[in-house]
Amino acid sequence: MKYLAEYRDTDIARTLIARIKARVTRRWTLMEVCGGQTHTIVRQGLDELLEGAVEMIHGPGCPVCVTPLEQIDKALAIAARPNVIFTSFGDMLRVPGSECDLQQVRARGGDVKVVYSPLDALALAQRHPEKEVVFFAVGFETTAPANAMSVWRARELGVSNFSVLVSHVTVPPAITAILEAPDNRVQGFLAAGHVCAVMGYTEYEPIAAKYKVPIIVTGFEPVDILEGMAMAVNQLEEGRHEVENQYVRSVRRTGTEPARALVAQVFELANRQWRGIGEIPMSGLRLRDEFAAYDAERKFGVGGLKVTEPEACKAGAVLTGRIKPPQCPAFGTLCTPERPLGAPMVSTEGACSAYYNLAKYRTSESAEAAS
Amino acid sequence: MKKKVNPVALSCPVPLEATDRVQLGHGSGGKLSAQLVSRHFLPYFENAALAQLGDASVVAIESGELAVSTDTFVVHPIEFPGGNIGSLSVHGTLNDVAMMGARAVCLTAGFVLEEGLPLVVLDRVIAAMASAAHEAGVPIVAGDTKVVERGKADGVYINTTGLGAMDAGFRPAPARAQAGDAILVSGPIARHGMAIMAAREGLSFESAITSDSACLAPLVDTLRPLGMDVHVLRDPTRGGVASALNEIAVASGVGVEIIDGALPVPSDVHAACELLGLDPLYVANEGVLVAFVAASQAEAALRALRSHPLGAEATRIGNVVAAHARIVALRTALGGTRVVDLLPGDQLPRIC
Repeated sequence: MKYLAEYRDTDIARTLIARIKARVTRRWTLMEVCGGQTHTIVRQGLDELLEGAVEMIHGPGCPVCVTPLEQIDKALAIAARPNVIFTSFGDMLRVPGSECDLQQVRARGGDVKVVYSPLDALALAQRHPEKEVVFFAVGFETTAPANAMSVWRARELGVSNFSVLVSHVTVPPAITAILEAPDNRVQGFLAAGHVCAVMGYTEYEPIAAKYKVPIIVTGFEPVDILEGMAMAVNQLEEGRHEVENQYVRSVRRTGTEPARALVAQVFELANRQWRGIGEIPMSGLRLRDEFAAYDAERKFGVGGLKVTEPEACKAGAVLTGRIKPPQCPAFGTLCTPERPLGAPMVSTEGACSAYYNLAKYRTSESAEAAS
Repeated sequence: MKKKVNPVALSCPVPLEATDRVQLGHGSGGKLSAQLVSRHFLPYFENAALAQLGDASVVAIESGELAVSTDTFVVHPIEFPGGNIGSLSVHGTLNDVAMMGARAVCLTAGFVLEEGLPLVVLDRVIAAMASAAHEAGVPIVAGDTKVVERGKADGVYINTTGLGAMDAGFRPAPARAQAGDAILVSGPIARHGMAIMAAREGLSFESAITSDSACLAPLVDTLRPLGMDVHVLRDPTRGGVASALNEIAVASGVGVEIIDGALPVPSDVHAACELLGLDPLYVANEGVLVAFVAASQAEAALRALRSHPLGAEATRIGNVVAAHARIVALRTALGGTRVVDLLPGDQLPRIC
């Protein structure tokens, strides 16, 4: 596959690893923002290969992980209604709410369907005019244009039985919140390439300047990520703090204007809860008033639902890099991949789940050595 | 509510024969049931044991041990590129028998039919079953049919049971993996699961991916001369190669190490997995086997597998190690390590 194979080339990747190791004069702490990047790092074992040179903190850029409990509970409440077809991206189905998850709602008779695009959900609404079709619009700026498009199209087509439960978050306020934390350890960021493909990276320039951190717009393949790390390490070693673009094959400084325009037409900035982190001012998107008819929260009257998160789950501290997953008291005891308390234990590449598997592996290794 | 067909009423002159769909009456035990058997099943499944139409079939077996396996098939859609639920139900159970090193002797088939299923579809399913059984040289000697009301099932469900004669000199078993064993896979992985996904309603991507559904018994026969040096055979169906390897690692109490680049994934399957955010290691196969063989026989086993068309692309994917007992570890192309665990549930497509 063109534009894929060359970014998975092991020789180039090995060269980059050697270059990073040779370049560092101390260990640097970087955060990859996006869950897709975490996925590659964990799958390829990149953090293990760079041990001692670069410490990677897995950031809050997994939409599954940061969707707040109350939004999940709203989804569960809507999905359980008799006349509703509730549609969602696949990995939201296993995220635990206060009582259960979407898979359990389905088992109890709720009509929950996995879709790959919000436009598929809209088509479902057209095929089932007798039902209310709701799409769980989660994600960062990457999914916002398609989600905005579904609402915009629904209005164009006059489809009134379609609505979206919005839980959109944006990256720059999250980076700022991490940098503002008094115990922040992150010295440089790999920004999410797909987010920047939509939004561009001008928003990151004042952040890099104010907090004196390098921010590298980075892709998702092993070579992309290693190149992004090498660029960040270079800046840190040279005392620079700029926004640089590693993902030039997809990202322009000003992003994709038509997509941004559509997002701005349908959504507006709003305060948003982040699971495990709390409310970050102006860090999310909500539907503008003129699209209120497509807002599932209003349509189903679940807007007022408030939930407190389980005390035992330290997902917020994990997602902001303040603790490593094994330092959470619930890790591996109250919270396991089979019975996750928090979202980072849900997805196979969530930080907690990745550490859980690695811990199992290392325990079995040391047990072997001892016997 | 559909009216239940009263068997007595079947004697009235209503032209019931003209039906083109399964009706509740087909499960009533009356004339319609008899017609279903005589017109739709027997012509395809013709064999001496079945022709007796007794309450049970009598099958001659050699003395010794029997391998028995049963499996129920509920695949949706019923028909998919590369097969249908009928061929799958024969291959699946015969493969389970073959993985024990046994030679299949006979099959049974139980059907749950949903009212309203077009009889032409049922005929295609039965024809595919018959042809799969015929190709394997294994008769279907007993069967049963039930009909449930529309909405209570999904077209047709099939249970098949296979009986096989064990081979004293060739007894692969999940608990027999040993440190040092070579791990082989007989062909490209993840085709069945992705063919089903592509065919499933609501996923609007077009692909030419076909299921690998096939009877693996002839492939197993190529390994038979290696005797007890073949330690484990497994057909990695639901849960894919990753789950099969985990089950073997646990059953044998050994560590399994696989090499990332060694796994044969066809490029179209790979592309579809990438697009949908799925890991081919966890995607189902229906015509691939995983073999654990003594290291000294690894080359001989590969040659044997490659001598059969189903095993033409057989390759070595890893080794059994003494370290990390009960854990499957994948060596990434870059030399990193990833634990390949059992999934907690279904594999769910990722957002990011």
